Amino acid sequence: MAELDALDRRLIDTYQRGLPLCERPFAAMAERLGVSEAQVIERLQLLQQSQVLSRVGPVFDHARAGASLLAAVAVPEAERDEMAAAINRSPGVNHNYAREHDYNLWFVMTAADENQLEARLEALEEELGWPLLRLPMIEGYHIDLGFPIPWNELEAS
Amino acid sequence: MSVSTCPSEPSNAVAPASGLDELDRAIVLATQAGLPLVPDPWGTVGKPLGLAGNEVLARMRRMQASGVIRRIAAVPNHYRLGYVANGMSVWDVDDAHIERLGREVAAIPGVSHCYRRPRHLPEWPYNLFVMLHGKNQAEVERQAEALRERLGEACRDHRILYSSRILKKTGLRLARRPGPPR
Repeated sequence: MAELDALDRRLIDTYQRGLPLCERPFAAMAERLGVSEAQVIERLQLLQQSQVLSRVGPVFDHARAGASLLAAVAVPEAERDEMAAAINRSPGVNHNYAREHDYNLWFVMTAADENQLEARLEALEEELGWPLLRLPMIEGYHIDLGFPIPWNELEAS
Repeated sequence: MSVSTCPSEPSNAVAPASGLDELDRAIVLATQAGLPLVPDPWGTVGKPLGLAGNEVLARMRRMQASGVIRRIAAVPNHYRLGYVANGMSVWDVDDAHIERLGREVAAIPGVSHCYRRPRHLPEWPYNLFVMLHGKNQAEVERQAEALRERLGEACRDHRILYSSRILKKTGLRLARRPGPPR
């Protein structure tokens, strides 16, 4: 794990849940943490460079900005890489994971709307030659706020 | 490389577009990979779009109020923090209890996503998807065990699907503009 000091941890713990949406967000964070705006910005840059933070920015609810769907397909292991490449090439695919199961490729298909989504799925299904398991979300139960990071435990490992 | 939170696609129950205009979409495109880390991020985002910083901020606020933006956050890369094992656990839960149990499960530590999805019988009996994150596979197994206890008799069967490879992962998910597939 990357070396993180107390300020890094406070930044992550406090702001994975949300930055203040105000004119000078980094100044507002600095005030709360008792450091300077320049320090906050520098730390965030370093955390981003070291990939401890994926990004500092908006988390979009893509359901409200388009349509998307989790899909899975069971393909023969020998064809898996080829199929995965076809999935990755397909417009609208943003996650693609190989998983240990008969359904061995799992991906998220996105589109501007439902019609385009279904058209993309059908086109991909035809290209792959295997049926897609369509798993739209019916309901989300999580409260999407990140989760507390047990720093001490991670250090011990 | 990042494992973090997958697959995190949202419901498709909500109507698309949701009142985003051209400029909103341009702001989404300009910020979805991250904000510029400068004292005035909104002005920096607005400049190439011909927008003043306060206009960008006002639009961000509007998108947050309408739910298009969930939050502006420092998004941790859980993989880099040591959460190197991620398992997508899938559960066959009695429909009569899934609403209550789904909410309970979502509150368990280590659970980042908890979704109800349709069964496709006979090949796919699982209707609850719970993403588990741990430092290793054993920890994920322990979380699954705790989950199994919580679900009790309402759960008929479950599996944990570990990712053997990340083939693609991108935070850039909004199409450039609604229209035909490119």
